[in-house]
Amino acid sequence: MASAIASTLSSHSGSAQSAPRATHDPRWVRWLLTTVALLFLAFFLLLPLAAVFTEALRRGVGAYFAAFGDPDALASIKLTLITAAIAVPANTLFGVAAAWVIAKFHFPGKSILITLIDLPFAVSPVISGLIYVLVFGLQGWLGPWLMEHDLKIIFAVPGIVLATMFVTFPFVARELIPLMQAQGADEEYAAITLGANGWQTFWRVTLPNIKWGLLYGVILCNARAMGEFGAVSVVSGHIRGETNTMPLHVEILYNEYNFVAAFAVASLLALLAIVTLVLKSLVEWRHAQAHVE
Amino acid sequence: MSTARVSRSVIPGFGISLGFTLAYLGIIVLLPLAAAFIRTAGMSWADFVAAVASPRVVASYKLSFGASFAAAAVNCVFGLIVAWVLVRYRFPGRRILDALVDLPFALPTAVAGIALTAIYAKNGWVGQWLEPLGVKVAFTEIGVFVALTFIGLPFVVRTLQPVLEELEPELEEASATLGANRWQTISRVILPELFPALLTGFAMAFARALGEYGSVVFISGNMPMRTEITPLLIITKLEQYDYAGATAIAVVMLVVSFVMLLLINLLQKWSRRHHRL
Repeated sequence: MASAIASTLSSHSGSAQSAPRATHDPRWVRWLLTTVALLFLAFFLLLPLAAVFTEALRRGVGAYFAAFGDPDALASIKLTLITAAIAVPANTLFGVAAAWVIAKFHFPGKSILITLIDLPFAVSPVISGLIYVLVFGLQGWLGPWLMEHDLKIIFAVPGIVLATMFVTFPFVARELIPLMQAQGADEEYAAITLGANGWQTFWRVTLPNIKWGLLYGVILCNARAMGEFGAVSVVSGHIRGETNTMPLHVEILYNEYNFVAAFAVASLLALLAIVTLVLKSLVEWRHAQAHVE
Repeated sequence: MSTARVSRSVIPGFGISLGFTLAYLGIIVLLPLAAAFIRTAGMSWADFVAAVASPRVVASYKLSFGASFAAAAVNCVFGLIVAWVLVRYRFPGRRILDALVDLPFALPTAVAGIALTAIYAKNGWVGQWLEPLGVKVAFTEIGVFVALTFIGLPFVVRTLQPVLEELEPELEEASATLGANRWQTISRVILPELFPALLTGFAMAFARALGEYGSVVFISGNMPMRTEITPLLIITKLEQYDYAGATAIAVVMLVVSFVMLLLINLLQKWSRRHHRL
């Protein structure tokens, strides 16, 4: 994913048009490969997407919208929005700080730090939830203390937010680190030398340079934060109307054979995915444009 | 290099940004992860083995590893074709298709799970055609494989694309000039160039598939000894309040994940070096 912006850059310059015939695939090979690729993508990607909306509208538009009249569905939408509203800014702040320190300074252990930031991507979502149960759950490290003070983290909203922060932890940092490393520190160095203070340098020099990469990371981070299932499932406790995010509500409705309502809520998440893909493509395109100028 | 070294004292914010980075990393990631290892270290060896090597757990390893491997392998073949078509050919709708490749990253896994189940159930769009042939996908191992293929596709395509784009046309021209036909050029020149990236994509898809949960649990049917993936067993044990057992399996999976992460980092380094030459 990190290379996506870089790859759009080169796709604009590379053109196979002028290459001689010997380096071109014969026409039948082109047709065959294109057909195979199209069929594979249609089969594996388009079909599930179409199925979500078809199943949601199976009983008509009335039944579809009735699914959103359910207070539990509305509560799940609200909780999902709250969770993303905390997790995404927190991880964005972290991503900027981490990329700043890694790209602008030299210090020992930098490559270890970069690897550690990537760790949450390597961890199964289920384990991402489990480790918070081990820290904050009743039998966990802080469990007895939390109980004494009547604080609830596991099977409550804070646990859901923490688990979401864990799974979306690397998104912004991972976009910004390679970008800021490639840009180096020369422009900041120049700004400081010319008398700018730290904040002025960041807002006027660094931020304009990284804005597209930052936006890109935030979009991906948000999509994952709103859609996370496994990690949140472990820490949520599945209390209807209280600790169910949208993906968890989809699961409950589905397991109750309430398929139309399950797919209706799922269709909102699918729309979010489509919007994410469109925004992501726009950002890649804008970034490529900015680079050409 | 030298300016960066000088700037260390000039550019502000080193202390605060490093401090915040380490504190946040420690609290959100490292401390909770350490909890899993510390909890397991408190178990006796016999209990640990009993938890991680019981027949039901071993059956889940076989399914998780087998289906993840098969899905990553299939993604290598089709991912290579998709990446090749997207980079080399121009056709209407190519950009939309290119954006669509990231759908498995963007679509919440639970949504993918119920959608795939609806498609492959015996009255579903695809399932109804497979049923008369005696092929069952939903609620079998094949269903697990289908879900993991969906999840893994973008890893292979997105790893191959930049490498394919940077592949110098001179290489292919030279090969053609020296008398190689198109197939020889592809198999002896292009494929070896792509191999490190292909292996990286395979490892990433495989690692992701091992831990995947949301898209699998709906389509797998979760039958003990047959269609239970390892992450599901962790949840099952947690629901039975067997925290020690759940954590022991989690530690085994974490170790595998860390080894995979290390391997992927090495593969990426190799791939980068390979392409600088």
